[in-house]
Amino acid sequence: MVSIDVWNASVDFPIFDAKTRSLKKTVLGKVGGKIGTEQRVPIIEALHDVTMSLREGDRVGLVGHNGAGKSTLLRLLSGIYEPTRGQASIVGKIAPVFDLGVGMDPEISGLENIIIRGLYLGMTRKQMEKRTDEIAEFTELGDYLQMPLRTYSTGMRVRLALGVVTSIDPEILILDEGIGAVDAAFLDKARNRLNDLVKRSGILVFASHSDEFLMELCDTGLWMEEGRIRRQGSLREVITGYKGRDPYENMSVEALERLGVAPVLSTGSEET
Amino acid sequence: MSTIDQPELAPDARPSRSFARAVDDIRQGLTQRELWSHLAWQDIKQRYRRSVIGPLWITISMAVTSIGLGVVYGLLFGNPIEYQLPYVTTGFIVWSFISGSLTEGMDTFISNEGLIKHLPAPLSVYALRTVWRQTLMFFHNVLIYVVVLAIFFRYLDKPYTMNGSVCGPHNAAMCHPGLSWSWFLAVPGLLVLALNALWLALLFGIISTRYRDIPQVINSLINLLFYMTPIVWSPDSLLTSDRHGWAKIIFDLNPLYHFVQIVRAPLTGQQLSPASWYVVGGITIAGWALALVVMRNYRARVSYWV
Repeated sequence: MVSIDVWNASVDFPIFDAKTRSLKKTVLGKVGGKIGTEQRVPIIEALHDVTMSLREGDRVGLVGHNGAGKSTLLRLLSGIYEPTRGQASIVGKIAPVFDLGVGMDPEISGLENIIIRGLYLGMTRKQMEKRTDEIAEFTELGDYLQMPLRTYSTGMRVRLALGVVTSIDPEILILDEGIGAVDAAFLDKARNRLNDLVKRSGILVFASHSDEFLMELCDTGLWMEEGRIRRQGSLREVITGYKGRDPYENMSVEALERLGVAPVLSTGSEET
Repeated sequence: MSTIDQPELAPDARPSRSFARAVDDIRQGLTQRELWSHLAWQDIKQRYRRSVIGPLWITISMAVTSIGLGVVYGLLFGNPIEYQLPYVTTGFIVWSFISGSLTEGMDTFISNEGLIKHLPAPLSVYALRTVWRQTLMFFHNVLIYVVVLAIFFRYLDKPYTMNGSVCGPHNAAMCHPGLSWSWFLAVPGLLVLALNALWLALLFGIISTRYRDIPQVINSLINLLFYMTPIVWSPDSLLTSDRHGWAKIIFDLNPLYHFVQIVRAPLTGQQLSPASWYVVGGITIAGWALALVVMRNYRARVSYWV
């Protein structure tokens, strides 16, 4: 059973500057007694008393301003940060995708990078070898996969990374914004794969600034502000509260059709 | 439509600071063998990428240094080359594993900062990556030992002394038994060495992540430790005169000597005092106990500190 339970969790970051991080201050500081300097390491409180419980089938969209604690929350939910206070219990195979470039080595070939990236995401070598053909086809990189990654353009790298990420079978999928940075033509193709991936995964938590993406992948919304949960509920309500307008309002007709919402609905909600 | 529940009761989460979690971390790290072995091998290939002979450079540079040192110190101490050279090369190969584990072990978590912040992998994966990389380098260097042994085997397969004098009752303390079945003791010796490298990477890795001066301290001491430990010189040289009797204390109290000794002595057919195994065994147990305590208390803090 896949689940994430977070109970009154807080995340505090100690900020060590060059001085406090060295032993010198700790050792020498004890000799002369207190000279009125702040002995404690300054702390940034990134998350406060976050409580939530996610179960199989939950699709959570995370919204909030820069620095509201979205990324920290995602890292907490992935188990990278264990809460400094409170508890967190995560059951399931987690695939966090914060940065498409992490674990990519520019000196080795695209194919090798596919394998490595898969290993990082909790797959085995054999599983990845089975998927390389499918990834090669999706990325349309062809023979380029034999070349070292440093010869790739930015777009090609994103394709490769996206190809690997969308080929895995995670139980818990944690996505940070980065995914949106793909060219539009390729995105249409990636969209289906991303949707499939989301359907395969037990729990999805997705942080993004794009209403369209959020509405497409998620149904529940979570609004973070200053390290606290400001509001949670249905995604449409949460986005309306966060942005001050209905998410369907500014969407293109094609986008609305894809989401299965009649364009009429958007004009209807405008009046409310 | 799903909703995010707000549970009334705290979930049944295992406390972050427990020995069970620390041991779990190590156990799960071991199961991800594919990841760390691949990363370690990648590290080595990376270092020699686009060079024609690749990782063979490890072997070559080690061969040049150890053979050079062997010849120079052989002349310096007046020891015949056939005894001094196998002694120095073998000792130097073992030493480079130890010093590599020490210096790179401290950097384990610092150098994996990017991965630690992006992946929920057990910490021990990175320690295993470091230790496995050192092990792979050791195996590259073993090639030198094989060649040197093949050349000097006929001198080492019978009792000998480092300075070439004939073995007898008058110099029993300096007399080495020569190569025998005890050669195979080098295998458990190496395993124990790797086991120690692992706790070293975990313990010093965590401490160094928090206190960034520690790696600098060790780096400034590592050359001194090399000369303090009998690697290019043999303790036998100190036994020749009574005046130097006190010097025996220097290497007997040096734990690094015993670590080198448990692998080098069987490989070169030298006498191995059981005391070396006792010291190494004691340090292994104490080191692991200490590493587990630190893992228990600070394992979860590493991702905050890097």
